[in-house]
Amino acid sequence: MTPAAQLLIGVVFVPLLTALVAVLLPPRRRRWAVLLGGLAWPCLLVPLSLAVAREGTVTMVFGGWTPPLGIGWRLDALALVVLWVHALAGIAALPSAWQRFDPDVPESGPFWSLWMILATGINLALLAADLFNLYVALELTTLAAVALIATDDGIAALAAAMRYLLLAVLGSLLYVLGVGLVYAQTGSLAMQQPGIDELNNVALVLMLTGLMVKAAIFPLHVWLPHAYSNAPGPVAAIMAAVVGKAALVAFWRIWFETAVAPPALLADFLGLVGAAAIVYGAIAAYLQPRLKMVIAYSSVSQFGFLLLLLPLASQQAFQGAGFHVLTHGLAKASMFLAAANIVTVLGSDSIRHLPGLDKRMPLEAFTLALAGVTLIGLPPSGGFTGKWMLLSAAWEAGGWFWLVLIVASGLMSAAYVFRILALTCFHPARRAVHQLHPRPPGITSLAALILALLAVVIGLYPHPVLDLLGAGMPGISP
Amino acid sequence: MIAPWTTQILPPAVVLVSTLAAIVIFVAGEARQRLRIWVNLTAAMIKLLLVVWIGLEVLAGTTFMFRFELLPGLELILHADALSILFASLSAVLWLVTTIYAIAYLEHSPNRARFFGFFSLCVSATMGIAMAGNLLTLFLFYELLTLTTWPLVVHNGTPEALAAGRSYLRYTLTGGVVLLTALVWLYGLAGNAVFTPGGFLAPLAAENSAALTLIFAMLVAGFGVKAGLIPLHGWLPKAMVAPAPVSALLHAVAVVKAGAFGIIRTVEDVYGLDLVAELGMRLPLITVASWTIVIGSLLALREHHLKRRLAYSTVSQVSYIVLGIAVGGLLATSGGMVHLVHQGLMKITLFFCAGIFGLLLGVSRIDQLDGLGRRMPWVSGAFTVAALGMIGLPPLVGFISKWYLASGALAAGMPLVLAVLITSALLNAAYFLPLIRRLWLNPPGRLAEAPIEIGPLPRLALMFSAVSTAALVVALGVLAAHPLSPLNWVVKIAQGYSP
Repeated sequence: MTPAAQLLIGVVFVPLLTALVAVLLPPRRRRWAVLLGGLAWPCLLVPLSLAVAREGTVTMVFGGWTPPLGIGWRLDALALVVLWVHALAGIAALPSAWQRFDPDVPESGPFWSLWMILATGINLALLAADLFNLYVALELTTLAAVALIATDDGIAALAAAMRYLLLAVLGSLLYVLGVGLVYAQTGSLAMQQPGIDELNNVALVLMLTGLMVKAAIFPLHVWLPHAYSNAPGPVAAIMAAVVGKAALVAFWRIWFETAVAPPALLADFLGLVGAAAIVYGAIAAYLQPRLKMVIAYSSVSQFGFLLLLLPLASQQAFQGAGFHVLTHGLAKASMFLAAANIVTVLGSDSIRHLPGLDKRMPLEAFTLALAGVTLIGLPPSGGFTGKWMLLSAAWEAGGWFWLVLIVASGLMSAAYVFRILALTCFHPARRAVHQLHPRPPGITSLAALILALLAVVIGLYPHPVLDLLGAGMPGISP
Repeated sequence: MIAPWTTQILPPAVVLVSTLAAIVIFVAGEARQRLRIWVNLTAAMIKLLLVVWIGLEVLAGTTFMFRFELLPGLELILHADALSILFASLSAVLWLVTTIYAIAYLEHSPNRARFFGFFSLCVSATMGIAMAGNLLTLFLFYELLTLTTWPLVVHNGTPEALAAGRSYLRYTLTGGVVLLTALVWLYGLAGNAVFTPGGFLAPLAAENSAALTLIFAMLVAGFGVKAGLIPLHGWLPKAMVAPAPVSALLHAVAVVKAGAFGIIRTVEDVYGLDLVAELGMRLPLITVASWTIVIGSLLALREHHLKRRLAYSTVSQVSYIVLGIAVGGLLATSGGMVHLVHQGLMKITLFFCAGIFGLLLGVSRIDQLDGLGRRMPWVSGAFTVAALGMIGLPPLVGFISKWYLASGALAAGMPLVLAVLITSALLNAAYFLPLIRRLWLNPPGRLAEAPIEIGPLPRLALMFSAVSTAALVVALGVLAAHPLSPLNWVVKIAQGYSP
């Protein structure tokens, strides 16, 4: 086992151990343990990034049992990118969580351990190299996320958590049914199964549908808006940044790696589903009366882009989609963190209360604007870079429909982003003055702003990420 | 000669000066008024000096080039050629004047930090457009310009302002989307290419003429939205709800000119006029420009709201630039390009004056101008000079542009274009002369006696801005033969394009 491979153990076990330690500590100390653990595991990503840049893929096998029988982990460029999003969003959420889940708040007891269990689940899902390991990791993620959503007091959060739980379990069932069929067909659970010519289509559809529920892809997204918008701010930030993405990465893996020759018709169909998601999510986001709902529906829309990789299926499209995962994750996390502060101060996130916000909370307004620019994909921003790569890929493939769709989607995103920005510019004197609560500490605003800045600035210097993603994915011709 | 590294950092430096100013203004916040004024003025001065320096070096033959690779095969390029300098110096000069004007104009209004921050960012974007060395860079700053001007348009926060902002975004972002599509297509065909006088697409024309024609139409439409080509002009009159300095900047320097500048670059440096003619797009371009000139003037004639009349006049006047470029040849090209500067000077003067009338006396409609000449002789004088310039009275700058355009049209054998120019001059006279008559000859109206509640210092600053640009309208017309005048500069550029 290479030294880098040993670090993979840390990526999963540091959060897990932190969760255990946090449970054992008295409530007042818990957040300190999480502070330590939450900052420690991202440090492991630095040597791992170097290793991935050098070797392409870092793999490890437990106990000398090689796949197909053994349990293996593997870190490739795509997983690394999502891990980085997870790490950055997690670190940025720390100040907000620190303030929101103060030991004096009753629900802070379970929060800190649950957070680290969620982190464990996400990291494990990204590293999993076999279908069953992935199942376990996604279950862990879902259960921790459900509990975290429910930490918010209020019946709405509870209802949202319940809805998420039921749908996610349904998704898991479909997925595991598919996995069973694969095992019956091939006798192996490995994601990369070079032995078979063609995967059973029923199994493929079952697995993909299950993952689509977990990734909240239209029309199976119904749990997402309520879950994200009712969850406590930092939880929503982490979930929006990576929980869906982890399922989506699994979705791509199964499509490109497990299914050796997925039917072309299905690829076009899923691309159309993505197109529908883009349009539906944007319209729904435009109509929402609450800021967090707008941000949540925007996720539904932006996830549609990630399905376009299936019909385009080129290295350039893969780089574009991977880059989109990165910038969207950062932008979404920053928006939810800013929204969390707005909720703290205004006591509500109803957009009727936003007028005049740019004066009261300039940093938050600026964060929303910057992240919004990336979501629209206006240059210069990370969102533009990802979009440009997808556009070039569509042009290369002669996919005019996809090209026009991607270009036009920018306008739809602009509609909901500028609706929010326009409202914040409204003269506050025109609207009823509402009760103001004390501002959260400045570092929470700053953390959100830095994430948004990162999402924009990375568009000016995308080479490291694109070079990493340039290795492509098995199943995507370079 | 200057050191090689300077030729690399100067173009981005010109862009970043105002960005830095914006950051300082945003961070300093609303209360630090004195600091804000200093930062604004210092940055504007530094920018002007930098532009003059680069301009003199370009004259001496130095090439400025800054390249930065965004993606493999996708470069951000800032350079400085004579055409960049033309637009950059116009923006730098007018930014300085407009800053002085805006400081005085917004003396007591709220949200000034936000206003001046975005104001500076807007100038940054304009400089980026001027210095852009390829279409991608131009597009990038063009979109940035949309983003940074929107907060200025909606600055007042009233429902009308927000509606205007919505309309502005609808038009410009749609234009941006059309541009982006054209850009992806063009990059797919031609790869990463730098602006080249005479264009770089000619070798591709044989095989891809249909594609190139469509791309050209899309590029012109995308830039035409901001340039206010009819029927893409709908946002412009609505955007008049913005504060006067914003309207001035929008019309004279930033937005409208960015569109016109984009069309110039497309025609001269991407396609080359020969290729445009070969693709059969020259005549449609001339037609659209002529149509816009005439219809814009007719629409202006119909308006009784002062700023809206000026807005339609812009729609009409900016198309002179497009017309000159499309007609081609040394004379017409010079006439079109020099109008970029000349129209800017005249229009900014008119908006300055309209803003002063509005702020000091509450004038917004044309019939309220009655007899203001005696109350405000300097401002009314500046207004009169600029309006006469617009009509094309010699020796003002407007005459120079029109003379070159008209001679160019004859030289190119297009008498119909001459007819358009004459019609337009008559229409200009029809909608400007009544204003001048009202100012000086009509008996004073109710508003001419209204009390003025603005302090003497701001009033002086406002007046100074308007009078100084009006003075330029006269001076650049009289001194058009001077070797450093915009006209001679432009003739040099035009010689590069049509030898």
